[in-house]
Amino acid sequence: MFEGLLTITVFLPATVAILVTLFARGKEVDRQVRWISIAASAVTFALTVMVYVGYDQAVGGIQMVDYYERWIPVDALRSSYLLGVDGLSAPLVLLTGILGLAAAFASWRIKKRVREYFMWLLLLETAVLGVFVSLDLLLFFIFFEFELIPMFMLIVLWGSGRPRYSAMKFVLFTLAGGAFMLVGILAIYVTPDVGTLAMVSIPELGITGIPELMAGAKLALPAALIFGFFFIAFAVKLPLWPVHSWLPDAHTDAPTAVSVMLAGVLLKMAGYGLLRINLGFFQETQDFTIHDVAGPMAIIAAISVIYGGIVTVRQTDMKRLIAYSSVSHMGFVMLGLSAVGASAVDTSAAGLNGAALQMFTHGTITGLAFLMVGLSYDRTHTRHIPHLGGLWKKMPMIAIFFLIAGFGSLGLPALSGFVAEIMVFLGTFSVWPWPTAVAAFGVVLAAGYTLWMVQRVFFGARPATPGLSDQVYENLTDASWVDMIPVIILAAPIFIIGLWPSVVTDVFDIGIQAVLR
Amino acid sequence: MITEGFVWLIIALPIISFLVNGLLVRAFIGSNSKYAGYVTIAAIGASFVLSLMSLATVMSDGPLDFETHHWIFIGGMDLSFGLILDQLSVIMLVVVSGVSLLVQIYGQAYMDGDKSYTRYFAYMSLFTASMLGLVLARNVIQIFVFWELVGVSSYLLIGFWMDRPSAAAAAKKAFIMTRFGDFGFLLGILYLYSIDPSYMDVSKLYEAIGVEAITASMATWVALGLFAGAVGKSAQFPLHSWLPDAMEGPTSVSALIHSATMVTAGVFLIARFFPLFEHSNVMTLVALIGGFTAVFAATMGLVANDIKRVLAYSTISQLGYMVMALGVGAYAPAIFHLFTHAFFKAALFLGAGSVHHASGTFNMKYMGGLKRHMPWTYWGMIIASLSLAGLFPFSGFWSKDEILGHAAEVGATTGNIVLALGLIAALMTAFYMFRAIFLTFHGEWNGGGEKEEADAQLSGDPSPVGNAHSHLGESPWLMIGPVTLLAAISIFIGFFSNPVVEVGSIDKHAFAHFVTVENEDVFPVDEDGGHKAADHAGAAPKFNFAVAGISSLLALSGIALAYAMYIKSSISPSSIGARFRPLYNLMFRKYYFDELYENLIVSKGFYKYLADALRWFDEHWIDNANIHLSNWVSRIGKSGVLIQNGQTQTYAVGMVIGVIAIAAGFLLWG
Repeated sequence: MFEGLLTITVFLPATVAILVTLFARGKEVDRQVRWISIAASAVTFALTVMVYVGYDQAVGGIQMVDYYERWIPVDALRSSYLLGVDGLSAPLVLLTGILGLAAAFASWRIKKRVREYFMWLLLLETAVLGVFVSLDLLLFFIFFEFELIPMFMLIVLWGSGRPRYSAMKFVLFTLAGGAFMLVGILAIYVTPDVGTLAMVSIPELGITGIPELMAGAKLALPAALIFGFFFIAFAVKLPLWPVHSWLPDAHTDAPTAVSVMLAGVLLKMAGYGLLRINLGFFQETQDFTIHDVAGPMAIIAAISVIYGGIVTVRQTDMKRLIAYSSVSHMGFVMLGLSAVGASAVDTSAAGLNGAALQMFTHGTITGLAFLMVGLSYDRTHTRHIPHLGGLWKKMPMIAIFFLIAGFGSLGLPALSGFVAEIMVFLGTFSVWPWPTAVAAFGVVLAAGYTLWMVQRVFFGARPATPGLSDQVYENLTDASWVDMIPVIILAAPIFIIGLWPSVVTDVFDIGIQAVLR
Repeated sequence: MITEGFVWLIIALPIISFLVNGLLVRAFIGSNSKYAGYVTIAAIGASFVLSLMSLATVMSDGPLDFETHHWIFIGGMDLSFGLILDQLSVIMLVVVSGVSLLVQIYGQAYMDGDKSYTRYFAYMSLFTASMLGLVLARNVIQIFVFWELVGVSSYLLIGFWMDRPSAAAAAKKAFIMTRFGDFGFLLGILYLYSIDPSYMDVSKLYEAIGVEAITASMATWVALGLFAGAVGKSAQFPLHSWLPDAMEGPTSVSALIHSATMVTAGVFLIARFFPLFEHSNVMTLVALIGGFTAVFAATMGLVANDIKRVLAYSTISQLGYMVMALGVGAYAPAIFHLFTHAFFKAALFLGAGSVHHASGTFNMKYMGGLKRHMPWTYWGMIIASLSLAGLFPFSGFWSKDEILGHAAEVGATTGNIVLALGLIAALMTAFYMFRAIFLTFHGEWNGGGEKEEADAQLSGDPSPVGNAHSHLGESPWLMIGPVTLLAAISIFIGFFSNPVVEVGSIDKHAFAHFVTVENEDVFPVDEDGGHKAADHAGAAPKFNFAVAGISSLLALSGIALAYAMYIKSSISPSSIGARFRPLYNLMFRKYYFDELYENLIVSKGFYKYLADALRWFDEHWIDNANIHLSNWVSRIGKSGVLIQNGQTQTYAVGMVIGVIAIAAGFLLWG
């Protein structure tokens, strides 16, 4: 691939966003902005495909590096502009491209302040891409925090329900977590033996990364504490029980495309951070290694899965239901990560690969679920499950794809969710049998809440006291072809990975092996 | 004779049919296109031919060994899929594809005019493919994959008329209840994988058991998990209650998934892992659960008024027979019973559909006297019922007797209990089947669907689901053809496939010999060339005249009792019902298991005391804690506003103090 591919990929959406905001004027501006933004997302998607395909699996390691040694002209701050992808980040970059494109199409029906909306949406994409390709801790942190601004604006201005409350809650939670992370970053940076912000080693450029330097270094703060700081930041973002309560609110009140992005890629920044930083940095630090806490990680993961699943069962708002199910499903990510406690690297690798695949697959499946709820909500103007029923007859396409998302979420084979879950279970069971066995019950809960929702909303007859008036019900229409574009974009990877998982797992495995060394 | 590619085609053809129907026919020809049926019949017909070829190959050359293919192959994990074509899988292949083919032919007429005709055939294709994939799967994970696909396609088929709330509820119930079993199955797989990942390959597992690499306690835990899966799928007690509700699907669906396939998947699973089960300590449990279910389900069949539900209970009961047979080690008789049962039970379900076609109802109280109008259906069902009741010389007689004979031979406590339960179930089976026959075909016509509808309106009950107008007369040939053929098969298939004496070119006990002695991976040959394991599993049973005599006598008395009650009316059913009112109610209300599960455990226990409580906890404690925390922060922030004087130095001092405080705190207490 060519020089600067990653820089272009990351900053293309932001550049278009700024240009559009500055220069788009005139009568037809909304329509033009919509098309320009979709085009920008499409190009970004194409670029992420190039990144993914261009990543040479035979070579492995960090590739497509963009390096500028001193991007902040302050001598004391040895932060460099260092972008690159490895097996861990390449699939997530692709995932961001897929979801960015789907989100742009899913925003087709936005009527209010269109120009601003797309500006924030594109800026959000840049922020997320930046997180996945940054290999400098400060740069990573900046992207990680920058994502809050577009998210806040998107929820507040285009959200429903209690958007201010939800947006503020989201921001406060993430900021609080971010503050811990910053302390962690500083503690690593000020350690004399480390003194760098490079997250990985790149021998060709003479860069020695934190993982190597931290091994055996005398850290400024106890390693366990630094680990904890990062862990808190990512646990909030993932989110893990008991710091999950921002997620249902943010999801419920966000506009459809933003929910898609939130579930699809924003949560994955946390999983990525856990893998890259918590697992990558703390393999053999003094006095503390990741192995010491793998057991508690497995337990808290099992709690997240079961607690999230049980609370999901009693939700009556479709979006809230899916949001809570995300808590349960992201618990599987944590469960897979806890396999790092295994004595043999090979055993860990299976669980970690499962966790990584679960991130990818949850992105597409839950993204699709939110998309379908959005399409249904656009027509019925309610998400209250007891008010709905018998929608299949009126909107079969929406129902079918909702069912596909539901089957994906309950782990049906041939869809990608199953592959990820079985990998997590197989990889983790030999390490932590009891937490895994408990968490596996999550698949029964998932069948319960998913099929309950499908039955109530799409099957059966309309409820006796209908939430929809006869007129609304009679005039319900199925998805149009424009609506179907993002649906297909998200559904395709679910099937492809479900049938042919090695298309992603082979790449993830390269990154995982590097993390585990 | 048959190569790996052809065997893959057995699965692939119905999948192609699913895709063609679901994507092309539905979109470009129509949602009720005749072509959907043709495509499906062609695909499954070809699968059937290939299955027969596979059978012939295995019969002549023994099991075939194929290569495996990597599915997930990364550091630390290698999941490879492949095919296993042994005696067990070829028998299942022929049964599944054969019955499926006849059901598809029948479906053309039965589903004629349904606006979702294409969708029906698409689902049927998917189901058939999943089931065929299941029986051919070589890797445990692969078995689980197809197992779940069978589950989902049956979910779609049971809920086929999803605009009926009862159908949607039944589909969900079936899926979730079987998922409880699947959870056990999954845990069994996980444990097996953690012992050694290579055991995911079934043939490696057989080898490992052969050399005792797996201890009995390991085998017990794994087998317990797998058995949980089988209990769910084969509707054994206590996960039985989904199956009667599953009759909400089209009758042709019931004929396929509740006779030859899906519900037999559980039995198949135990058979597939038979060496593991034999090696474990769960066999007694398997035998007792199966035996108990055989009687327990039969009692509910005694009082059901819906003809399909009678058949549903009968299926649960017969599956119990197979499970208990496996539990006492009677591998060959169990598979043999699975084989014969598939034909006569499919005939009965298809016959029930034909009856519905004429009477417009499934409620036997509104039928009667149909014998005159539909002689083919009548005689087909009579033969199938005689076979199910286990009367000489019909096929059910031979297979049922082998099970009972084997139990008698095993003896001891378990064997005798199983034998007793089997005999009781045999009596009940004969009674409820002939009760159904007499109510449906004999006596006077009771008005059919319209009458039931009118009665419901009169008494203010909700109108019965799925009723249609009655038009007395024989069903079209596309429907009675399969019924007649299946009934004809059930006359002789039992004796001729597994004769107790040598008949012409057919060896004595050919079937039993084929599935045991010839399957050397599962039943290894002894060092001295003997077949102890195979003999132990019923390879060459002795015909037990005493058991056969008693069970035939019981079956005959069951029929006689039904005759006395429903034809001669010399014993009044209602007075018996009145005398044993509590018992009758208990059976009629299905022992209140639906109430126990749905009202008590799910609604009260799970929803109210667990889920609602947790939800409340989440909203009032977890969420509020966060809000309180943020309020505190803002209070602290307000009090700290004095320090916020805009001077960087002050902030820097604050930060330094903070960092020192944290560091100091850690040094002191850390």
